[in-house]
Amino acid sequence: MKNFTYFRPTTPEQAVALLENRWGNTELLAGGTDLHDLQKEYVAQPARVVSLSGVNALAGIRVEEKSVRIGAGAKLADIANHAELKRLFPSLTDAADQIGGPQIRNMGTLGGNLCQRNRCWYFRDEHTNCLLKTGQRCFALDGENKYHAIFSQGHRCVIVNPSTLAPALIALGASAVVQGPNGRRTIELGRFFRAPGANNEREHVLEANDMVVEVTIPRSNLANASYEVRHKQAYDWPLVQAAVSFERGDGGVRNPRVVLGHVAPTPHVAEAAARSITGQAVSEATAGAAGRAAAQDAKPLSQNGYKVKLVEVAVKRALIIAAGQKRYWEV
Amino acid sequence: MSDTKETTGLSRRQFLKGSGAAAAATALGTAAAPGALAAQAPAAQPVPGMGPAGVKITLQVNGRKMSSTVEPRVTLLDALRNYLDVTGCKRVCDRGTCGACTVLLDNKPVYACSMLALEAQGKEIRTAESLVQGAKLDAVPAAFVRFDAQQCGFCTPGFVVAMKAVLEQNPKATPAEVEKGLAGNICRCGTYEQMRDAIYSLCNTKRGS
Repeated sequence: MKNFTYFRPTTPEQAVALLENRWGNTELLAGGTDLHDLQKEYVAQPARVVSLSGVNALAGIRVEEKSVRIGAGAKLADIANHAELKRLFPSLTDAADQIGGPQIRNMGTLGGNLCQRNRCWYFRDEHTNCLLKTGQRCFALDGENKYHAIFSQGHRCVIVNPSTLAPALIALGASAVVQGPNGRRTIELGRFFRAPGANNEREHVLEANDMVVEVTIPRSNLANASYEVRHKQAYDWPLVQAAVSFERGDGGVRNPRVVLGHVAPTPHVAEAAARSITGQAVSEATAGAAGRAAAQDAKPLSQNGYKVKLVEVAVKRALIIAAGQKRYWEV
Repeated sequence: MSDTKETTGLSRRQFLKGSGAAAAATALGTAAAPGALAAQAPAAQPVPGMGPAGVKITLQVNGRKMSSTVEPRVTLLDALRNYLDVTGCKRVCDRGTCGACTVLLDNKPVYACSMLALEAQGKEIRTAESLVQGAKLDAVPAAFVRFDAQQCGFCTPGFVVAMKAVLEQNPKATPAEVEKGLAGNICRCGTYEQMRDAIYSLCNTKRGS
């Protein structure tokens, strides 16, 4: 790891004032589980590190009358184990509970989960000068792309967004409160992510001198669930994740949102799946049809065609869980 | 290797209040009392940087105050092993995936390899060494011995610390809950079956029941 100067501000304003208007020379440090890995690989070589461990205002989970406010510094374990959050938003708490192992969840934060860098092995290899560094091409497009995007249309870089909290939060209509040098603003999480294609672009729309201070979720009675298809049940990244939310009505599902994770450079909103399940009663047949609709526009790469089927399964099972029906796959 | 190992029994708070606190408070000001500092310091006041040269740190390790001088990039794991001679936690993957470096930070298991030593100041750090008092072995490592739950033993200090954390937080944890608490640790020798025997014994449950 390249050495650096360490700063420990105590307010979000101080932290932002320490950042620069270009990426790379100064990095924010939250839980450290992603940043230090990147530093050890020399993929990140900041000369200045701004620690958020002294910014007490970033901690805390507040369940209020109209919304739930989660500080960007809230630990993943605190989100996963929060009784009221579990009741209101099981999609979020289940997703948090499946991230890494206990150690990662005790260290990692909400803000870090949203802003972490992607897991592409070409990107994370010091010696591969890919599009997200200063290179001219994406090596995954025609290389080893087993875990890469299947909604690859129009993207020069085919990473998948690594956040598993993001699909759940987008389906719940959450927003990020962002502190910048000129004050605070709110960004819907549905508009928070972007597909990066150069070394001065990250996986989100924040500027280099912005930071997330809080995520707010409107309180609601939405049925919601997140389902991950994975190789291993513990300590693994999902191959495909589906997060869903909908209103329960007499005429079946209303205003559904279906958001896929780990299939595209950003969390992927599956509008066709939402249309498919709207007005239907959730059943294996209707949820299965929604799953097929979610996958219909996929354009997999050479090694990840298997993910198309996983999208169908993940959406179907997430809808079944959200509807409170028997998990037919568990014996 | 360590600069000093103080075993005065003073708490960190008492230490900082004490007569020798002036120098320590200057060096550790932001680390020691972030809340108080925020209240006093106007936002415009620049935040002082530490490093890149060595920074004096004091860590509370297994009930003892230990001091050394480390560059900001030194992880808690490397500070413990290479600067303070606390070698129970092991450096294996050094990327937060294997669990051999697991330590308890204020009673919660974390990866010491993925945290800066600077960030661990003011926290209570416990390593596998804390699981033996004199000649008395804690119940968790004792169960590992009894059921031969190790082969090369390199992962064991991380496993016992992670297991201790689960059982401390919930003494009535089920074997399944204990296993979930070990999801962040890996044993390449594959001694999981013997570890299961140890877990069932610690949970006072018969395997297969």
